Amino acid sequence: MSLSTEDTPAAGNTRTVEIDSHTINFGPQHPAAHGVLRLVLELQGEFVERADPHIGLLHRGTEKLIEYKTYLQTNPYFDRLDYVAPMCMEHAYVLAQEKLLGIEVPVRAQYIRVMFAEISRLLNHILNITTYALDVGATTPSLWGFEQREALLEFYDATSGSHYHANYFRAGGVVKDLPPGLTDRIAAWAEQFPKFVDDIERLLTGNRIFKQRTVDIGIISAEDAMAWGFSGPCLRASGCAWDLRRSQPYDVYDQLEFDIPVGSHGDCYERYLVRIAEMRESHKIIKQCLAQMPRGPIKVLDSKIASPTRADMKRSMESLIHHFKLYSEGYHVPEGSTYTVVEAPKGEFGVHLVADGTNKPYRCKIRSPGFAHLQAMEKLSKGHMLADAVSIIGSLDIVFGEIDR
Amino acid sequence: MADLSENLPAEPARPSPQQALLSAVLATLPDGVVIDSSLARGAEPEIRVRRGAVHAVLQLLRDKPEFAFEQCMDICGVDWPQRAERFDVVYNLLSLTHNHRIRVITMTDAVQAIPTVSDLWPSATWWEREAWDMYGVVFEGQTDLRRILTDYGFQGHPLRKDFPLTGYVEVRYDPERQAVVYEPVKLQQDFRNFDFLSPWEGMTTLPGDEKVHLNRITRE
Repeated sequence: MSLSTEDTPAAGNTRTVEIDSHTINFGPQHPAAHGVLRLVLELQGEFVERADPHIGLLHRGTEKLIEYKTYLQTNPYFDRLDYVAPMCMEHAYVLAQEKLLGIEVPVRAQYIRVMFAEISRLLNHILNITTYALDVGATTPSLWGFEQREALLEFYDATSGSHYHANYFRAGGVVKDLPPGLTDRIAAWAEQFPKFVDDIERLLTGNRIFKQRTVDIGIISAEDAMAWGFSGPCLRASGCAWDLRRSQPYDVYDQLEFDIPVGSHGDCYERYLVRIAEMRESHKIIKQCLAQMPRGPIKVLDSKIASPTRADMKRSMESLIHHFKLYSEGYHVPEGSTYTVVEAPKGEFGVHLVADGTNKPYRCKIRSPGFAHLQAMEKLSKGHMLADAVSIIGSLDIVFGEIDR
Repeated sequence: MADLSENLPAEPARPSPQQALLSAVLATLPDGVVIDSSLARGAEPEIRVRRGAVHAVLQLLRDKPEFAFEQCMDICGVDWPQRAERFDVVYNLLSLTHNHRIRVITMTDAVQAIPTVSDLWPSATWWEREAWDMYGVVFEGQTDLRRILTDYGFQGHPLRKDFPLTGYVEVRYDPERQAVVYEPVKLQQDFRNFDFLSPWEGMTTLPGDEKVHLNRITRE
């Protein structure tokens, strides 16, 4: 790092400034970039001067594709946005549709959706914390974490038939009821989960190396975090007690008891701590859902929106017609627009849906939390060492499926 | 202020917080700025403002303590090709202090620039880059109006309604030249965009079918 200024008297006013800065490409194929992030870093020695994230390497044109598909056909695209917590993305989209359709979802379906949204939150936080630890040098958490993730993904599998791309939430409820015995399995799993969080905390929270890599790295104040459009754990770590599940509740979140962990300092370490605390809260919510979940229908009974049951179709001609119409033409959503948000694990996930009264969305803008967080990369990493950029990316919880869309 | 009652929906004003917010915003903004306003399904305040005034309106919404929209959560475009000013630019604002949201919409075409709001919210830069990339909306004063999601060297604005879903170019690796090459899209069969709007729904003149339609109308 040398910044030498030569003033040659002969040249009069001219000054030769020699700057030893160099630009490096971090990614797009870097394991710590959490996907296909090309981060152009301008370095002064080993200090970051400028960070320019180039995104879009995973851009699949989701929003364009959605405009050409019926509402039912567009549901699966949402699994593929934040593929770490698929059902939370679906949740935002089905809520947006329900708002425009003006339908009320049966209580059981709301509980199922909230429970699986929280399972998704755990999936996300486990992945984030453990791979984050991997980025800064700890191997064991990821080995333990993936075991838990597998258990949770099996619940996905049991109820939707798919490990990842569940396509389980539908406008009007969920696609089918929980299979028999699943709630017992979830309850059994919930018994051992707090110990896992304790174990992870024992490995990381007090760990000297982990703290050296994260404490006081990438600090952002509450004002800055708001101005940069932060949400979710990243905003809460800066000291804003803001959680959409509490402040703008959807489904049955207003009937559940949970706390909102808040940090104060807004550094990488606190973002980690907030996520750890949120895992404990999610665990609490899941247990409450299991205890409170009533019996009853799992989707609206209006067969113009939700498909009739398979058994009905075998007996009733009308059901068969409804099924055929729903899976070819689909349902029509009345004209209007909505901006519907959910508290996804990463922050505020919003869907700005414009419907024109046909069976296809006119416009569906997906507001992903990671997009705003990654934008602040330069703000967060300026003046830090190159290795700290890795910590910061890890703490922001970047997943490119949702950023590039 | 005077034409406030005309802008509001015809139904009697309910004292919902969203309704109150919308009325307060309309009362604060000077005359001639707001083109239209509505309360979507009684829950989402939405105002449509003139292009020139959008920066001032957003600044007012951010800085007035009774509105305090600290966060600009999203900026996006919407394309309405049949309109003269074909693009909507939608700002979704959020106030953490008061726990309310508002949607501000302005209109433009491919030439007229919209003043940037990146000086109000730094987060606006990427959303504006995205709107430029996807729709070709120009933001005046935005110093970093590069493409963001599409490929380096991409031509066109993919989310416009007249941009084909399949695009114009495709890429492949050419082993002979040992490089990735761009070629015009070749489709094995024409792209088929099914129109599922079936004649069952469309036909209203079938004899004997009146009862179905009557039922449907009363249901709705």
